[in-house]
Amino acid sequence: MNKQELLEVYRQMVMIRRLEERAAELYQQGKIGGFLHLYIGQEAVSTGLVAARQPQDRMITAYRDHGVAINVGISAKEVIAELLGKATGVSKGKGGSMHMADTEKNFFGGHAIVGAHLPIASGMALGDKYKKKDTVTICMFGDGATNIGYFHEGVNLSKVWDLPVLWVCENNQYGMGTTVERASAVSEIRQKAEGYGIPNERVDGMDVLAVHEATEKALKHIRAGKGPYFLEIMTYRYRGHSMGDPERYRDADEIKQWQESDPIGVFHAYLIENKKATKKALDEIEAQVEAEVEEAVEFAENSPDPAPEELFRDIYVEEN
Amino acid sequence: MAAITVRQAISDAMREEMERDEDVFILGEEVGVWGGTFAVTRGFYDQFGPERVMDTPIAESAIIGAAIGAAMTGLRPIAELMTINFAFSAMDHIVNEAPKLHYMFGGQFKVPMVIRAPGGGGRQLGATHSQTPDAIFAHFPGLKVVAPGTPADHKGLLKAAIRSDDPVLFIEHATLYQWRGEVPDGDYVVPIGKSKVQRPGTDVTLVSYSRGLQLSMQAADELAKQGISAEVVDLRTLRPLDMDPIIESFKKTNRAVVVEEGWKSYGVGSEVVSRIYEEAFDYADAPVKRVAQKEVPLPYNQKLEQLAMPQVADVIQAVKEVL
Repeated sequence: MNKQELLEVYRQMVMIRRLEERAAELYQQGKIGGFLHLYIGQEAVSTGLVAARQPQDRMITAYRDHGVAINVGISAKEVIAELLGKATGVSKGKGGSMHMADTEKNFFGGHAIVGAHLPIASGMALGDKYKKKDTVTICMFGDGATNIGYFHEGVNLSKVWDLPVLWVCENNQYGMGTTVERASAVSEIRQKAEGYGIPNERVDGMDVLAVHEATEKALKHIRAGKGPYFLEIMTYRYRGHSMGDPERYRDADEIKQWQESDPIGVFHAYLIENKKATKKALDEIEAQVEAEVEEAVEFAENSPDPAPEELFRDIYVEEN
Repeated sequence: MAAITVRQAISDAMREEMERDEDVFILGEEVGVWGGTFAVTRGFYDQFGPERVMDTPIAESAIIGAAIGAAMTGLRPIAELMTINFAFSAMDHIVNEAPKLHYMFGGQFKVPMVIRAPGGGGRQLGATHSQTPDAIFAHFPGLKVVAPGTPADHKGLLKAAIRSDDPVLFIEHATLYQWRGEVPDGDYVVPIGKSKVQRPGTDVTLVSYSRGLQLSMQAADELAKQGISAEVVDLRTLRPLDMDPIIESFKKTNRAVVVEEGWKSYGVGSEVVSRIYEEAFDYADAPVKRVAQKEVPLPYNQKLEQLAMPQVADVIQAVKEVL
């Protein structure tokens, strides 16, 4: 990545962090309903992945989807408006936190049933293979999703049909409050890919450059027509599973320890030490993100609710 | 116009659509090399090749999930479930993914796919392989549920389903494959969401669909010999449900019997009867009756199985009770 691209990566990670910190406040003020799953701590994963993709590559992820939304270029305004359920939201206020997508940016959602989007990702890759397109589907999911049947059906199919799909397990150590060790027969998740004969790698998910590099390598393999690839990306979420998580399953020291390798802090230090950016330039990015988030909150709060007639719109493409 | 079987009608519809549109393809268990377990896709593998007639693992979530994903990229998959009983293994994808995606993301995604699923009892397959769970699927907004009876409607509605931009569950009945009837020549398409009077009459309205239609038509023949004129209305589509021809018929006959093969409780008949009462209560000269399956898991023994399933005699009996 050149200097400009590196700064853009930094901007995106800071944007995800700041936007979500603000979202947490809005949630506590009762302005966001339903569930809110924060990505804070995991920013390097989606940012590294999206930075390495070609524009035509399709992203699909689980319910912790704000990161990808920002990375693919959905504006902070549309993301926060969706969180507030407004008509100006990226899903017109009908999806909420867990269901953001933008087809024009090749982001295929935000899917909230654990693991159910994995067979769908295989189907997207099948569609591209059928049409002989140079397109890869990048499918993200948590460690918890690797214990459900959909994972095995979707991953198996991708290898049987040699589909152009990059499987990305974000191993953040917990499925809700249950550790990987308590829920998965193997705690090294990549072994499951090994079982299906899919080339795989474990990656440091607190280092955006490591994620970027591993993704580039994986995409090269897939683009060469060699079938699927699997990355297990080691990461950590600093916040609860969702808002209102009592976090009885871990102690503050553990979080603190992971915060020492904070993905934004690590990347900040890298940029300075390697003279890729000055502190002043990074400060400016942070100030600019801060202003953009505040502007987005104002935009979202002033946006209208969806009109009542939206209730019956888009149930079918062809209305009877 | 030629008389062909339901099996042939389904096969013709798919072949013609695949010849017309390269984005249409089939995936499912044993649809390719085997030729389909009900021989519906016999010859397809040779004609269209392995890329358009895809044999899958026995993994229903993979089949339906992959169809959804392919549809989201613009293809028009026809996913075959070997039987509708296996739909439960893919329940999340059928009711919780495909019908939700267009709405939930503000209209961004289209999911133009067909799920073909043969079902029904009467073949001594035991409780897990003999169900008629149509009503369950008709419960979900966003999914279209089609369940034709006649060969012509199988052809015309399947072509409409393949061309639809919405997800369609196309329910077939395994004992209807040999039913023979006239099918119009050429590109015959029947719109989804339109009920139809299959036999005109004046004394009583029989409302049914799929295998129940066959029972109703046979009952109407018998009743005619006894001087009773039954009008048979075929739902053809369970969602969206078109009640207009039923209400119109009921206002004329003032008496109705709903015939279905599934269980009575919370069934298709429950919905149809409610709507008749909501929309035409004042026209009723007798309580509307339902003929349906006994509330048991279907047993293997042939006599017991037939005892549990609705018969022509049950329809005739119910008609006599409302007259």
